[in-house]
Amino acid sequence: MSAQKIHIRGGTVVDPANGINGQRDIFISEGKITAVSNDVPKGFKADSVIDASGHIVCPGLVDMCARLREPGQESKATIASETTAAAAAGITSLCCPPDTDPVIDTPAVATLIQDKAKDSGKTFVYTLGALTQELEGERLSEMGSLKAAGCVGVSNAYSPFKNTLILRHALEYAASHDLVVHLHAEDKDLRKDGCVHEGQISTRLGLAGNPTAAETVAVSQILALIEQIGVKAHFCRLSTARAVQMIARAQYSGLQVTADVSAHQLHLTDMDVGYFNSDCHVSPPLRSLRDREGLRAGLSKGTISAICSDHQPHEADAKLAPFAATEPGISSLETLLPLSLRLVNEGLIELSPLIASLTHKPAQLLGIEAGTLSPGSLADVCIYDPEREWQLDNDTIRSQGHNTPMMHWQFTGQVTHTLLHGKVIFQLD
Amino acid sequence: MKQRHLQLDNNKRLRHFLTTEGLKRDLLVEILDTAESFTSVAHQQVKKVPLLRGKTVVNLFFEASTRTRTTFELAAKRLSADVLNINVPASATNKGETLLDTLRNLEAMHCDMFVVRHQNSGAAHFIAEHCAPHISVLNAGDGAHAHPTQAMIDMFTIRRHKQEFHNLSVAIVGDILHSRVARSQIHALSTLGVPDIRVIAPRTLIPAEANSLGVHVYHDLDAGLKDVDVIIMLRLQRERMSSALLPSEQEYFKLYGLTKEKLALAKPDVIVMHPGPINRGVEMDSSVADGKHSVILQQVSHGISIRMAVMSMTMQSQVAQRSEQAQ
Repeated sequence: MSAQKIHIRGGTVVDPANGINGQRDIFISEGKITAVSNDVPKGFKADSVIDASGHIVCPGLVDMCARLREPGQESKATIASETTAAAAAGITSLCCPPDTDPVIDTPAVATLIQDKAKDSGKTFVYTLGALTQELEGERLSEMGSLKAAGCVGVSNAYSPFKNTLILRHALEYAASHDLVVHLHAEDKDLRKDGCVHEGQISTRLGLAGNPTAAETVAVSQILALIEQIGVKAHFCRLSTARAVQMIARAQYSGLQVTADVSAHQLHLTDMDVGYFNSDCHVSPPLRSLRDREGLRAGLSKGTISAICSDHQPHEADAKLAPFAATEPGISSLETLLPLSLRLVNEGLIELSPLIASLTHKPAQLLGIEAGTLSPGSLADVCIYDPEREWQLDNDTIRSQGHNTPMMHWQFTGQVTHTLLHGKVIFQLD
Repeated sequence: MKQRHLQLDNNKRLRHFLTTEGLKRDLLVEILDTAESFTSVAHQQVKKVPLLRGKTVVNLFFEASTRTRTTFELAAKRLSADVLNINVPASATNKGETLLDTLRNLEAMHCDMFVVRHQNSGAAHFIAEHCAPHISVLNAGDGAHAHPTQAMIDMFTIRRHKQEFHNLSVAIVGDILHSRVARSQIHALSTLGVPDIRVIAPRTLIPAEANSLGVHVYHDLDAGLKDVDVIIMLRLQRERMSSALLPSEQEYFKLYGLTKEKLALAKPDVIVMHPGPINRGVEMDSSVADGKHSVILQQVSHGISIRMAVMSMTMQSQVAQRSEQAQ
């Protein structure tokens, strides 16, 4: 923690949790926000001043799902490489799902990841614990111990449950420890070998399709269980318009369900697969234009409360094979903010609710103290230049994974400074 | 769209043959005309022309095949090429050697053409994208995506019997969902101007949004066969029963098998085709397979001419490109 006193001057502060959207200065000391004001607090002598004029100053982004590949898949990426990339993308907190190798089903693995992240000194890393041992969907993990080791929720990641009864028990047991369950809603039998959305593209390319019903059947099953046993649940990375509608209805009738979406699902569709572009191989698959519009509507209406990166870095070889034989996932930390800002430029959503879906809303879902600029809170800050144009390129991407269909895209809006607990962890050259 | 032009060189000549989709009508007709010119070779005393002399063709088969591989081999030999047959069973690729590794090894042996069959859709595209520029790739079947030479054989056979395409009704019967042959046929038929393409199968064997391919979908064989000029029967794989797509071969034959009675619903001069090998008594009755409307054996003999045509055309593109570069 830095004892430095920092004055962020002349920026437009967007802090949705406190209803602030206007020109303010920010004063930081002891790693915390001292004041958000146009006047210098009495006795405040800044050690350094950051000129943010013309820039947006918002809470550091909170990414609900980013895979760092460590432990177990260091050839793809490491905690050090990915937290450095995250810091440059304005992300100050991220949450790592439990499907590492070994999986996060013991406190030791959770602690290892958190400690390594602290050592690298960049983005702060939270972990989700495994809902079942080895993610095998059969025996419950020691959720009490995982919580004590700092896990902020539990999940079975992409792994299916052996049967519905085990899912029920897992939901009930997690609820008794006040742990939110993050569910990847997908019926494994309906998905089968599906690697693209079932529709025109799967038909044309002769690739096994993943039908809309693989998601909606799972969502309806989970909703029925939640209604019966009265627990909370969080749906991760929705991909279909229909599932958004089902969740909106469930929320309306009072169920405690929340949902997030990955930024790329709000922009890409199955058409982007083109002729077997393996960088568009992602799970859940990119779906139809209608689904994308449904996801966007879900975000603007608040059914979907958070946008995450769903970052999945790979080594080049993982994508160098015929489409179905490649590994799914997009390296997407660095496109989280710029893709989200496009939604504002396209008129879908105002800046303040958009920033909320990247900061205090995901922080609330994870139950962590982050995502606001309230005086007294940890000084996690993202400063970006909303006018600055840049291009994502192989020599500028910071993640170890270069697997993104957005490579060479032009973006408007670039992070210039990222502060974690009052310390500058990234500054654009 | 970089990949769309992957099959063509700068002068719009055929450089790789990966799919019938997206190729212009003129090019498909050129393939048929070139094949026509090669049919006489089989009847010569010396069944060879020197178009590919000194060239090496590699048959790279990741999936078992006898007929397709044999006709490609024969086609290459009639063009005077050296032929290398490499069968890579699926187990070998599990030993850690990636498809790209295999490719690099073969490139190092200075081959000129790869004929590729692979169980994954898009494998031929992948190889064409990543192989050295002096190599042409011919798709001999990739997953459920495409089998363009087989489709062109069928177009050749149809043209021989019907002359024109613009007034035809063509029915494709069977497992459309898993068929690379059907996909390639559909693209070729529509590019060549066939106004009425029908696919006939139970819903379990029809891919999602099949209408988007420009076909009419029928679930009833009688309705689908009415007044058609061409019937293409597809092979039914046994595993369709174990994955609950069909109840039994018996019921399939009863509902979708081609018998003399069903054949009578089509035009009197209908031709019956099948990419082979036939399951007699499952897809069709022996009396139909061996009957006067059947052109199944002609398809097989046309296979060599079509493959010679595609090989010579892609090799011409290579040679032309090289001399253009030299200038």
